[in-house]
Amino acid sequence: MTDEQHKTPMLDELEQGPWPSFISGIKRLRDQHPDERVNGVANDLLGQLEHSYETRKGYWKGGTVSVYGYGSGIIPRFSEVGTAFPASKEFHTLRVQPPAGNYYTTDVLRQLGDSWERWGSGLVTFHGQTGNIMFIGASTENTQHFFDEINDYGFDLGGAGPCVRTGMSCVGAARCEQSSTDEMRVHRTLLNNFTDDVHRPALPYKFKFKVSGCGNDCMNSIERSDFSIIGTWRDDMKVNQDAIAGYLETKGRQYLIDNVIARCPTNALSLSDDDQLEVDNRNCVRCMHCLNVLPKALSPGDDKGVSILIGGKRTLKIGDLMGTMIVPFMKLDTEEDYEQLVELAEETIDFWAENGLEHERCGEMIERIGLVNFLEGIGVEVDPNMINEPRTSSYVRMDDWEEEAEKWFQRKAEQSQAAA
Amino acid sequence: MATEHRSPVESGCPDGFQYLHPLMRKHYGNWAYHEDPRPGVLRHVAHNGEAIWTVRAGTQRILDVFTLRKLCDIGDEFGDGYVRFTIRSNIEYMVSDEDKVEPLIDALEDSGFIVGGTKNSVAMISHTQGWLHCDIPGTDASGVVKAMMDELIDEFRGWNMPNRVHMTTSCCQINCGGQGDIAINVQHTKPPKINHDLVSNVCERPSVVARCPVAAIRPALVNNKPSLEVDEKKCICCGACYPPCPPMQINDPEHTKLAIWVGGNHSNARGKPTFQKLVAAGIPNNPPRWPEATAVVKRILRAYRDDARDWERMNDWIERIGWPQFFERAGLPFTKFHINNWRGSRASLNASAHIRF
Repeated sequence: MTDEQHKTPMLDELEQGPWPSFISGIKRLRDQHPDERVNGVANDLLGQLEHSYETRKGYWKGGTVSVYGYGSGIIPRFSEVGTAFPASKEFHTLRVQPPAGNYYTTDVLRQLGDSWERWGSGLVTFHGQTGNIMFIGASTENTQHFFDEINDYGFDLGGAGPCVRTGMSCVGAARCEQSSTDEMRVHRTLLNNFTDDVHRPALPYKFKFKVSGCGNDCMNSIERSDFSIIGTWRDDMKVNQDAIAGYLETKGRQYLIDNVIARCPTNALSLSDDDQLEVDNRNCVRCMHCLNVLPKALSPGDDKGVSILIGGKRTLKIGDLMGTMIVPFMKLDTEEDYEQLVELAEETIDFWAENGLEHERCGEMIERIGLVNFLEGIGVEVDPNMINEPRTSSYVRMDDWEEEAEKWFQRKAEQSQAAA
Repeated sequence: MATEHRSPVESGCPDGFQYLHPLMRKHYGNWAYHEDPRPGVLRHVAHNGEAIWTVRAGTQRILDVFTLRKLCDIGDEFGDGYVRFTIRSNIEYMVSDEDKVEPLIDALEDSGFIVGGTKNSVAMISHTQGWLHCDIPGTDASGVVKAMMDELIDEFRGWNMPNRVHMTTSCCQINCGGQGDIAINVQHTKPPKINHDLVSNVCERPSVVARCPVAAIRPALVNNKPSLEVDEKKCICCGACYPPCPPMQINDPEHTKLAIWVGGNHSNARGKPTFQKLVAAGIPNNPPRWPEATAVVKRILRAYRDDARDWERMNDWIERIGWPQFFERAGLPFTKFHINNWRGSRASLNASAHIRF
């Protein structure tokens, strides 16, 4: 049987209150699990966690652990106080890629749970902030066994370290009326094209793909990913005037005016004297607000595709950056369309791998070298959708203005020819 | 001794389609609209009129296998066996029959899970691991979140807010929790304490020097050993040197504090996405229940709930009423530390005659 139970007076306080308690869960593993190994790990984990609560310090150190053939996907954790808590002294996390959209059957969840209690601590999170299933707590030896077992039934490790990281995609076309693209397909096409870059870290730093089906951006892709794909449409939004009449009846005119018409960021909506909702589609920016308020009356148009923003990231090192609009619209219907998307991602990663400094995110590189150099590097032409406003400082050399202006007119001519 | 190794199957991201509820497979890309019959429940209607119900429940996020199996049992007995997890680690059960909704809710609540988190509620706080697993944490986000959700449970269960409220917590200034309407993040207030005996063995010194955002770290010989020293006047106490060089301990039981940020919003709805802004700092990092942090969060939530208009997110509301009124309504001090001095900071100053009286 396991050694004496560690006293946990501070953690015990987190068992009070109505919200489900993770401490109670760890105690269940300590007290009720049939496997003594699991009991012992949970006991020592609680002991170390209580020690952290008492001293207000963490006691985990990184290291090097990986499964055969990969250099990534496991977060090694060795305890600095392992002598006092030996059963949990090796407590590595395996990052496992979830199915696109985070969909599961109860059967597959049970299968994962069975494998995990066989080899690990029995603690798991759906999902970590990057989007992985986090299997928290395995010994160095057992990481390989656990991986082998789940890899046999279709699960693979995600990224960790300077590599392409696990992607995320929203609930999407499977259950959302606002979806304007096939999020699962975009997610899997991109991630599974870069499998080698996921498993073998060789990039300047992390690189994340996130896919949201509309501008509500439920996956937080603009700020939290290096390569953000957002569903949109370029024809007119659909308006069901009968449903507008229904909303007017139930919610009232003032509600509609205050919460829909007045909140449109580009004043593209108006309510006519005969209570028809009129949309200035040319000036609608697809912000999604009115569709959110009136889901029965308003829907995205039919000419769907995606916008792509590049370079989002959090604080380290130069401060937070939102992604920048790089491709205002890309159709994603045919195989060729998807190939074009993959090519853009490859160009971006290749250029950044070549030019990024160590530990420099793609967005930081763009900040350092300027957007125009980046665009030339990946072969994308400038577009006024990329900016909030043109330059305000005159301090710039413009020797080849005529040439650049000519390029613009040429592109415009080609576009109108292609459209004709 | 040679060991036989199994070669990995590099299958990457699994296909989610195989795990979709049959109705969702049938109507993939073909949904017409949705309704919110009650908090925690969604009803999505396809173009042919068929509907699917979703019940959303909050969990402890760090699940033990017993809890995972309990969630599966509920899904098998009361649902259709199909689930998904939201970005904020809520579980969602999809069912094709309206009659299953109420028993499903009862089963979840009887087992201690909290149904809610939809529409204009306070959503589940997104967070990271903390002391349970991270190698650099200044606090235990899991504990902060448990303590805070205990007190915000009615806001999770109800529709009391003007619009949805997304909260996040982070255990270091790298901020894995991300942007939120309200973010509770670690803020260090003292430079790292360096164990010079270990630096040369543990740290790749040039990378550590390069990691510092303000170039405050330089190589030095200390006690005749190669080490690193920090210009403490320049140091902004961000902790960026600590992950690549653990002997540069940034966490401190007393001087590691919590700060609160508001107005981060990922959505493009109405305005463009926004970053969160600092509003409160110096909050004690006080396990096991962090009451001081929860008190500030509740003050901010109350001010927002009482004054914001329908559909205004935290950032929309503050943009309308202005920062002076925000600090007044939230009862928080405005200090010199609120004025940005990082790169690009002039864009955050008021270059106009716009003042509210």
